[in-house]
Amino acid sequence: MEIGQAFTVSALGSQFLVGLSRAMILFIVSAGMSFVLGVLRVPNVAHGSLYMIGAFAAFSISNLLGGGTAGFWLALILAPLVVALVSLIAERSLFCHLYEREHLMLLLFTFALMLILGDLVKMVWGADYRSIMAPELLQGSVNIFDSPFPRYNLFLLIIGPLVGIGLWLFSNKTKVGKIARAAAVDREMVGAIGINVSWVFAFAFVLGCFLAGLGGALVSPTISVTIGMDHDIIIEAFLIVTIGGLGNMWGALVGSLIFGLTQAFGILFWPQFAIVFPYIAVVIVLTWKPRGMLKSVW
Amino acid sequence: MFRDIFNLKSVGPLVVIFIILLILPTILPRFYTYILAVIFVTALLAMSLNMVVGHGGLFQFHHGAFYGVGAYTVALMLTKTSLPVWTGFIAGPIIAALTGLLIGAFCVRLTRLYFGMLQISLGSLIWAIAFRWYSLTGGDDGMHGIPMPPIISSQNSAYYFTLIIMAICLIIMYLIFKSPFGATLQAIRDNPERCEAIGINVRRHQLIAIVIATFFAGIAGVLFVVVEGSVFPDLLFWVFSLEIFIMCLLGGWFTFAGPVLGAAIMISLRTFVGIYTEYWTLILGIILILLIFFLPEGVWGYILEKFGRQSKEAIEGGSK
Repeated sequence: MEIGQAFTVSALGSQFLVGLSRAMILFIVSAGMSFVLGVLRVPNVAHGSLYMIGAFAAFSISNLLGGGTAGFWLALILAPLVVALVSLIAERSLFCHLYEREHLMLLLFTFALMLILGDLVKMVWGADYRSIMAPELLQGSVNIFDSPFPRYNLFLLIIGPLVGIGLWLFSNKTKVGKIARAAAVDREMVGAIGINVSWVFAFAFVLGCFLAGLGGALVSPTISVTIGMDHDIIIEAFLIVTIGGLGNMWGALVGSLIFGLTQAFGILFWPQFAIVFPYIAVVIVLTWKPRGMLKSVW
Repeated sequence: MFRDIFNLKSVGPLVVIFIILLILPTILPRFYTYILAVIFVTALLAMSLNMVVGHGGLFQFHHGAFYGVGAYTVALMLTKTSLPVWTGFIAGPIIAALTGLLIGAFCVRLTRLYFGMLQISLGSLIWAIAFRWYSLTGGDDGMHGIPMPPIISSQNSAYYFTLIIMAICLIIMYLIFKSPFGATLQAIRDNPERCEAIGINVRRHQLIAIVIATFFAGIAGVLFVVVEGSVFPDLLFWVFSLEIFIMCLLGGWFTFAGPVLGAAIMISLRTFVGIYTEYWTLILGIILILLIFFLPEGVWGYILEKFGRQSKEAIEGGSK
C-alpha cells in the first residue's frame, strides 16, 4: 500500500482543484437527476445511459464537423439536445402512460430504458474507446500551486457554477420553472388549477435528461468515451442526490462537492482504495443526517 | 400445524416437479443441467430478496452484496485456509447474515428510498473492497477454479446438491412466510403506522427479516460457487442487484413462488437469447416494458389471477 506520499501544500491544493472540477461534472448530472426526482418522484435509472449518449453524440457531432474548435462548441450545444430529443420520445410514447401506476413500476420502466439504451449505444457506436480533443484554447495546462493544472478543468470550474445559476434562475424566475417546483410539492393542486401536469412532468423529465447529456458532452474530452460509463455515473449521481436531499438542487451541489473532493483526496492518500472514500462519506452523512444535508422537496 | 400449511392438493404437483427435476440430469445434455442449476441458485436468491421486498415492503436495493459476501467467504475459506471444507459452507451464510445485520442496522433507521440508497452505498463499499483488494480477492479478475469437496465436484452431483438445498430452503422460507412473524411482516408492509400503533416493533421486525433474507442470500452465494467454481466482483455490483429485484417484480412480488419463475425467465432469456444475439439486454428491456404495460402483477400473479384462484389469494401469496 502506497500510503504516505508527499503531502505538500501544492499537492493538496492541486488535488483540491481536481476534485472541484470533477464535482462540477457530477453536479450537472446529479442536478438533472434531482430535478426529475423532485418532480416525478422516481429515480431515473436511465440517467446514466443518457449521459453516455451525450458523450457519444458529442464525439460524433464534433467528428462530423471536422473535429475543430467550432465542431467542439457545436457538439457541446447539440449533443444535449439530441439527448433531450431521445428522452422526449421515450417519455411521450411510453413513460407518460405510467404516471398513475404503482411507483416501483416507474422505476422498473427506467431500468428497462437503461437496458435498451445501453444496447442501442452498442449498436450505433460499437464497443471501441473514443476520444475527443478539446479545442486549442482549452488544451494544455496552467501553473497553479506550482503544479500544472489542465485548462479544460478550469473551464469546467467556470461552467459548473454557470449551469447552477442558470438552473436557479430558471426554476425561481420563470413561470415554467415555478410550475415545475409547485408540481414537485403538490401535484394534485397544480392539476386542480388547470395546468396539464402530464406536460409538466414531460418537461421536467426532458430537462433532467438534457442536463445528463450536457454532463456527458462536457466530460467527453477528459475521459475515453466507451460503453459502461453509464454504470459508474448513475450510482454516483444517486448517492449524491440522496446525501444532498432528494430533489434539492443545492443539495446536489453539496453532495457533488463531498463526492468529488473525497474521491480526489482519496487518490492522494490511498490510491488503491480511492473509490472507497466517497462511499464512506455517504455512509457518514446518512447516519448523521438520515434525510440528507439539505431539506428535501418531499 | 403442518397439515394446515401444506394441503395435499398443492403439495402433490410440487412433489411431481421435484421428482422430474431429480430425473432430468439423466436425460438432459450437460449444458442444460448446468443452466438448471444456475436457475436454482438464482431462484433461491430472488426468493430471499422477495422476503424483504415483496413481503416486507423494504427497498432492499443491494441484495447482491450479501450473495457476493456468501460466495466470497466460501471461496476464500476453501482456497486460503486449511480448515475442514464444510466450515466454509457454513461460514458463508453466517457471514452474509452478519453483514446483513450490520448493514440492516444502519438501514432500518431510514425509510423507503433513503433506505435503498444507504444500502446501495454500503453494498458498493463491499464491492469496492472486493474489486480493489487484489492480494486477497483477486480484484476484478475474481477467483477461478475453486477446489470443491469431491462429493459435489462433478456436475451432476453439484446439480443435486443445489436442487436439494434449494428445496429445503424454499420449504423453510414458506414456513417463515406462513408463520406469525411472516404475517406481521406483511402487515408492516401494508401499513407500518398502524403496526407501530398496536405495539409492533417495526424496525426490529424489519431487521430480523433482513438478517433471515441475507442468510438465505448467503446460501445462494455458496451454491453459486458450487455450480460455477468461481467468484468475481460483478456478483456484488449494483446492476446485478437490480436484476434480482427485477426478477421478483417479473415473477410477481406479492406471490410466494413468483420470484422462482422470474429467475427462470431471466436466466433462460440471457442464455438462449444470448446465443443468437449479443444484444440480449435490448430484448430483456423490451420484454420488461411489455410486462409493465400488460402484466403489472408479474407473470405468476397473472397466472394465479387468470386460472381458477381468486386474485385476493394471489395477493396474499396463498399459492404453492
